[in-house]
Amino acid sequence: MQLIEFTDKGLFCRAGNFYIDPWKPVDYAIITHAHSDHAKFGNENYLCHTLTKPLLQARLGNNNYETLEWNETKFINGVKVSLHPAGHIIGSSQIRVEHNNEVWVASGDYKVANDGLSGEFEPVKCNAFITESTFGLPIYCWKNQEEIFENMRNWILANKALNKASIIIAYSLGKAQRVLKALEDFDETIYMHGATYNMHQALINANIPLPKINAERVTPETPKEKLKECIVIAPPGADGSPWLKKFSPYAIGACSGWMQVRGNVRRKNVDGAFALSDHGDWNGLLCAIKETQAEKVYVTHGYQSVFSRYLNEQGIWSAEVKTEYGTEDKEVVAETSEEKK
Amino acid sequence: MLTAKDEHIIIDESSQQDAKDGMALFSELVTSLGSATKTLEKQDALINYFSLADDKDKVWMIALFSGRRPRRLINSSLLPQWCIEIRNIPGWLFSECYGSVGDMAETIALLLPEATEEKKQSSLSYYIEKLVSLEKENEFIKKDFITGCWRTMNKDERFVFNKLLTGNFRIGVSQKQMVNALAKTVKREPSVIAHRISGNWDPITTSFDELLNENVSIIDYSKPYPFYLAYALEENPETLGDANEWQAEWKWDGIRGEIIKRNNQLFVWSRGEELMTEKFPEYYILQNKLPEGVALDGEIISLTNANVETNEFTILPFALLQTRIGRKNVTAKQLKESPVGFVAYDLLEFEGEDFRNKTLEERRIILEKIIADANEPVLRLSPIINYNNWDELAATRATSRDINAEGIMLKRKASIYQVGRKVGDWWKWKIDPLTIDAVMIYAAKGSGRRSTLYTDYTFAVKDDNKLIPFTKAYSGLTDKEFAQVDAFVKRNSLEKFGPVRTVKPELVFEIAFEGIAASKRHKSGVALRFPRIKRWRKDKKTDEINTLDDLKKMLEVYGK
Repeated sequence: MQLIEFTDKGLFCRAGNFYIDPWKPVDYAIITHAHSDHAKFGNENYLCHTLTKPLLQARLGNNNYETLEWNETKFINGVKVSLHPAGHIIGSSQIRVEHNNEVWVASGDYKVANDGLSGEFEPVKCNAFITESTFGLPIYCWKNQEEIFENMRNWILANKALNKASIIIAYSLGKAQRVLKALEDFDETIYMHGATYNMHQALINANIPLPKINAERVTPETPKEKLKECIVIAPPGADGSPWLKKFSPYAIGACSGWMQVRGNVRRKNVDGAFALSDHGDWNGLLCAIKETQAEKVYVTHGYQSVFSRYLNEQGIWSAEVKTEYGTEDKEVVAETSEEKK
Repeated sequence: MLTAKDEHIIIDESSQQDAKDGMALFSELVTSLGSATKTLEKQDALINYFSLADDKDKVWMIALFSGRRPRRLINSSLLPQWCIEIRNIPGWLFSECYGSVGDMAETIALLLPEATEEKKQSSLSYYIEKLVSLEKENEFIKKDFITGCWRTMNKDERFVFNKLLTGNFRIGVSQKQMVNALAKTVKREPSVIAHRISGNWDPITTSFDELLNENVSIIDYSKPYPFYLAYALEENPETLGDANEWQAEWKWDGIRGEIIKRNNQLFVWSRGEELMTEKFPEYYILQNKLPEGVALDGEIISLTNANVETNEFTILPFALLQTRIGRKNVTAKQLKESPVGFVAYDLLEFEGEDFRNKTLEERRIILEKIIADANEPVLRLSPIINYNNWDELAATRATSRDINAEGIMLKRKASIYQVGRKVGDWWKWKIDPLTIDAVMIYAAKGSGRRSTLYTDYTFAVKDDNKLIPFTKAYSGLTDKEFAQVDAFVKRNSLEKFGPVRTVKPELVFEIAFEGIAASKRHKSGVALRFPRIKRWRKDKKTDEINTLDDLKKMLEVYGK
């Protein structure tokens, strides 16, 4: 019996009788991070990182939450459990599970590069590693964050020169906060869509340190003059909606790893495209996997068959695992619907 | 990723400082054209390029954007091979990447490592002409040059460079848009520019001034006039006003062509500006029969039984013409089995004089005389359809399929011959397409902006309890519908064959098409002309779709 089994409810540790990121309601769920395809509604008990708790409260309401700091240990039915930074979004954690001298790590979503907000990815030595593969193709290779931010700022300045507002499309949780870092230098109010603003407030209320900016929610009452040439952050769901009319004339910029491929940029029909991702790129994934020194690598959501085959050819035992987390294909579609991610 | 607006800023800065090298400028143009979402932004990017690039590069840019790519210099399997070598990845992984990106040039550009060497300032013309000069060299010399270039280029430049090497330059801008921007830059009429850059010219030996200067001594006798293209008439023809002001003809189902005789030579051009003289030996005789200095606009079409006395002739199905278009050399057998004629409907030049500013009525009188004088079965006049009112014409239109026509053309009698697609004077009033209800059974990812979505579908009709695939269709759904079908495909895949997925036969669509012909190559025994999705029949179930027998009946009625 392997320490973590792949069941139709999610990743299951039989010895500890708990699940990791289950997609069906269970008694005891350990949550890697607060995105909705990993943190579902309806579990009896939740265990997550301290910083994840307020995000879950914002999304799922009040539940039976229990928290851990990174590297803090807890025994569940004799199984040793600890959380380690995954670098994906605020609070995102890898789950380390140890029992009978065997160590498994479920990484959830992760990125190796430090974004300055989410905590720096920590390689955890293990026997078996469960990895995502959202961008598990060698065409994905991220530029460093500062370079992308510089492009974004230049894009905003160019928009202002043409008297246009700049609407930046970013997930409310994760991407939106990173974008704030890029905007810190602009000495002006950053306007936000309601969904973005609510998340922003939830983070502030939870005392999570965010870039220092003055954020304001856009409401039907916000006078149009104030929005001239302004900077706006909005979730993917707002793209293409009548809500945008208020800002006219405007340019739209999308922030997503998918923007590395021209076809995606053209399909989304955006004016600015920034390949800013919260997932590991090809080299990031490979690098993380090697550092775990895992003998077995289970590949989940993304390009799992490709990535797993490559690992096997490189001499790393690997198998693909079907989960209900955002798949390679789904995520592209999901970018248009906020509730997915 | 840069955008149109970045370009303005960056280029403005660089023009003040040191000039950008030609390749960087060109790749920025391509990038901004690719991401510009509005026509005006594209126009700005083009004008910007024309005002900053050097003359030689502009000539090449015009050549590339009007489909004059230098001949393919590299065997298309070599570039991926070199890329695989440099990146050190297995071949299958390259294929997976290509499947995901949907474009060879871009796949390679994304896979190659970051530039490691300084680029010496190099123009677009330098790269292209260097490549042309290497044409006869062996593979190793070519590899040395190309991989050397890769090492000095950023991702966007490599993409453009690879495009030069691999294939068609479809970058989201039409020739018309390019012509308009160029006309604005050099302050000339777009129609003049369009004519100047059409025809036979070699970007290596032609300078920017020669290309645009009317008085240049080098005469290209073959140079065609750009076609005037009609818009589809969506409204009732009564919206066009007085029926007497309009000339009606059949809308012929062939390919648009222009026959030119100048300097006692005959030239045949097709739409898309391809010189096709050699493909149609039937027309050779016209060299002796047409007067000097003449350009005819008309339809290259399969026809037989032509009678020069009565101007009667029989049009054959488009499928026959198709067997001729793709071939380089035409065999005697083909000439016999799929004879081609020319149905003329307009006169663009007469006695060496540009006739386009005369009215259609004036042009028609001389056209009729030229065709009568030539007295050749192969050259036919597109007859004028007589009618007294719109209702009468509508009744005639309903008979279009009987003579293998696609509907009716309406041309304003007083109109001049314009350039490109213009609203107002020419309308195509097509008959409603044929339709059939079918179920989707296979799906593959699209290309370009659809490369991440399953948008290419194969459809089947039923034959007893079997499903028989009979056509593919790529267009007709909205982006939202494509996303829904895409999600369905991903959830309901049965098997995967390379890029193609077999899907649960559940989604029913109404397929529209313009014609149907018998085909031995297809399992269903039929081939459709211009199939597309008319609508998603969410109200229908798989057992309600049409049958193979229905298709065969259509073939019986419309396929002869």
